Amino acid sequence: MTGEPAPGGHEVGAARRRKEDARLVTGRTQWTDNIQLPGMLHVAFLRSPMAHARVTRVDVSAALRRPGIVAAFSGADLAAEQGSLPCAWPVNDGMVIPEHPPMAVDMVRYVGEAVACVVSTDRYKAIDALEAIEVDYDPLPAVLDMTEALKEDGPKVHEAGNQAYVWKFAEGDIDAAFREAPVVIERTYVQQRLIPTAMEPRSVVAQTDGESFTLHSATQIPHILRIMLAQVTGIPEHKLRVIAPDVGGGFGSKLQVTAEEVLLLLLTRRLGKPVKWTESRSEGNLTVHHGRDQLQRLSLAADAEGHVKGLRVDLLADMGAYLMLVTPGIPILGAFMYNGIYKMDAYDFTCTGVFTTKMPTDAYRGAGRPEATFAIERLMDELAHELSLDPIEVRRRNWIAHEEFPYTTIANLTYDSGNYEAATDRALSLFGYDKLRAEQSDRRDRGDPVQLGIGVSTFTEMCGLAPSRVLGSLSYGAGGWEHASVRMLPTGKVEVVTGSSPHGQGHETAWSQIVADALGVPFDDISVVHGDTAVSHKGMDTYGSRSLVVGGIAVLQACDKVQEKARHIAAHLLEASPDDIEFTGGSFTVRGTGAGKTIQEIALATFAAHDLPDGVEASLDSDATYDPDNFSFPHGTHLCAIEVDTETGATRIRSYVAVDDVGKVVNPLIVEGQVHGGLAQGIAQALFEEAVYDPEGNLLTTTMADYLVPSAADLPDFVTDRTETAATSNRLGVKGVGEAGTIASTPAVVNAVVDALRPYGVHDVRMPCTPERVWRAIQETTS
Amino acid sequence: MTRITVTVDGVTYEEEVEPRLLLVHLLRERLGKTGTPIGCDTSNCGACTVMLDGTSVKSCSVLAVQADEGDVLTVEGLAGGGGWHPMQRAFHEEHALQCGYCTPGMIMAAIDLLKDDPDPSDEAIRHGLEGNLCRCTGYCNIVRAVRRGAAEMSGHQEVTAS
Ligand code: FES
Ligand code: FES
Repeated sequence: MTGEPAPGGHEVGAARRRKEDARLVTGRTQWTDNIQLPGMLHVAFLRSPMAHARVTRVDVSAALRRPGIVAAFSGADLAAEQGSLPCAWPVNDGMVIPEHPPMAVDMVRYVGEAVACVVSTDRYKAIDALEAIEVDYDPLPAVLDMTEALKEDGPKVHEAGNQAYVWKFAEGDIDAAFREAPVVIERTYVQQRLIPTAMEPRSVVAQTDGESFTLHSATQIPHILRIMLAQVTGIPEHKLRVIAPDVGGGFGSKLQVTAEEVLLLLLTRRLGKPVKWTESRSEGNLTVHHGRDQLQRLSLAADAEGHVKGLRVDLLADMGAYLMLVTPGIPILGAFMYNGIYKMDAYDFTCTGVFTTKMPTDAYRGAGRPEATFAIERLMDELAHELSLDPIEVRRRNWIAHEEFPYTTIANLTYDSGNYEAATDRALSLFGYDKLRAEQSDRRDRGDPVQLGIGVSTFTEMCGLAPSRVLGSLSYGAGGWEHASVRMLPTGKVEVVTGSSPHGQGHETAWSQIVADALGVPFDDISVVHGDTAVSHKGMDTYGSRSLVVGGIAVLQACDKVQEKARHIAAHLLEASPDDIEFTGGSFTVRGTGAGKTIQEIALATFAAHDLPDGVEASLDSDATYDPDNFSFPHGTHLCAIEVDTETGATRIRSYVAVDDVGKVVNPLIVEGQVHGGLAQGIAQALFEEAVYDPEGNLLTTTMADYLVPSAADLPDFVTDRTETAATSNRLGVKGVGEAGTIASTPAVVNAVVDALRPYGVHDVRMPCTPERVWRAIQETTS
Repeated sequence: MTRITVTVDGVTYEEEVEPRLLLVHLLRERLGKTGTPIGCDTSNCGACTVMLDGTSVKSCSVLAVQADEGDVLTVEGLAGGGGWHPMQRAFHEEHALQCGYCTPGMIMAAIDLLKDDPDPSDEAIRHGLEGNLCRCTGYCNIVRAVRRGAAEMSGHQEVTAS
């Protein structure tokens, strides 16, 4: 059931139906929570109801007397062995990294932090017994607002204060750019806090035979997790196997080393039994790391024709209560993207990381780039409005022209390729831009209570994380390469082992397409293995739209090596020189003769090893580790038309056109799916979602009834298309697509909402643009 | 403990259950029917949707004892001798799933939707599936899949191009 043969004999580029689907549509998927092991015990956590407090007493003894309870522990019980959760991205030397015990010992710093646990023979009994645990708290003031938190005399989240770090970047003469500028736009935007909400809740199963440990986890990063857990728990790396079975979405939220993963390893080590924990959604909303939460203070200088001269960004980024795996680095990733696709003379960026008594933030789809793109794309619309220019025109005056690539930006990235003109022209024609503008002015003229707004977003982003040297220069704790192995089996079938770790992206299908072309073997004869450190021993996992751009190239390089080994053996068997052997369509032939052998025949001959050339090993299997030279830079033009009922504040997306340039495409079906899903999440930030804490630091949006993940009824149909400008920085010409839709769509939608309300003097609506916020924005400017 | 008799995907089980045991936990933890996942604890996500006596229910909001004498169909029981159910095929053909976590519930809800409205408009599909959340697909391909499934189930020509 994997679709029709590929056109023109090429698999790359074909709309193959996915191999993954067979188990997913029939309910034979292996989720972590499905795992049942003999003697397995269930873990439940008691979590802090206080945002900030001293823990003065934890008594688990009554819980131990409850039926079915095998053990119960407080943080103090585990303090000697639990270590501190890791932060792998110290962005600069002065950064404060507070201790982060997996289970709180004497302080809690956010609602939801674990303070005790019970281990039971039964999931229900474990939860029942939590109520028998006694905890005394000595409350301290919650720290919620970043600006307040930075004041000298306020309450402190950590002894060292509430400032985690200050990170700066500057290029060009920013003062000159502003001094001479006739137009200066100053704005403050709020990137609200979001909850990633992968549909599969986190789940962990840990077991040991007394010597070695195996941890199953719903994670995006089995390889990184193994290294980090070894360091935190002291279990030697070679005695720890981490498995990510089928994983139900991540969006960055499962790019983490969590307290629960550490604690379950400790519990299985203590008890000698397999243990399992699966979060409830309410528990997850409290304790899966959150995304965004930044305050952006921006100023943009331009000349009278709308040419951007300079951009100042002063960011406050809410770290939450602790620094988790890449918490401090997220806004720094955005630092390189505030200039977007535009040329300018000067750029100045400062980010201050701030501690608060909230759940830590970390990667969420886009990770720093959505915030940056939002800022610049909103500012470009404001600039257009200021100068009474069309927002498309103001962008044309500033963007990098297609003949200017490769282009080194003011943020010191070299964009290898792009064609903003082509994507924009395509989007404008699909959208019917002029017609919608005419309708807009018509509605404005007649004072229609339902106004039409048109939002533009001409975005780019950086994908393919990442050149290891660049990561090193940013003080990141690891490299950015990816690993692959290709194994030729004796029967001519192929196993591909990838170090990237899919959780919905469709690697099994896309990697098969790449290998089918590279080795000339049928798509259905290839299987892709991933996500188990015992099988896929090396990897940097999946995040940052890196899988294809980095991992796909590693697969291709491993195929090269297989082919090269096979060529030598084929030459020997065909009694020719390797230089005279051609490889096409899966066959090695002697140039100018009809003699040949298929790669499957060579695989069998290699397995038998009866007649190999001297000194050649009996294996075609090959490994490759690929480290990219540069990032890749997908781009596109998104247009959104939105109807705003000015009497109720209600909004309705009328049409949404996304033209993306993700370079060469391996599977257009998968690419379109990624764009659709990305759009939904970006639109959700614009219109629906926000994690809300009350003044005491309680999260109010703990359920899906309060945190509004959009349903099918909330979203429009999307019109998607592509232009194709190949990346020049990798041999497939691919750029990555996992985050593009999310990055592009949030400003497109908010620009549309604001555009609808221009006649009312509205210049901004805070996200999410709920009916209430839209209505209030109108009232404030018209009353 | 209460003794119940329940048929799941054609097999009849007799089980002693606590009165508070949720149907979805009976399915997943007692009967090994892990094809039906859990996505929330407030009956909002629809991941756990199954058919109970021919009507779709969120199995996290039904007690096992309420299914006594009942007939449950899960995604695992959909495929028959002739292969996948048309709705399973349609989800595959239209790439209506990515991580697949919402898929079992989405497929069951879609089949239920067609019982009342065998030829639904896109609008009707979107509203009909309001109780099933998907974080991956943005729903466009799910809507296409339900249309395709509907066409196949009513024996018509497929209405969507691939
Ligand atoms: S698990 Fe979410 S509705 Fe049942
Ligand atoms: S496919 Fe992942 S939640 Fe729907």
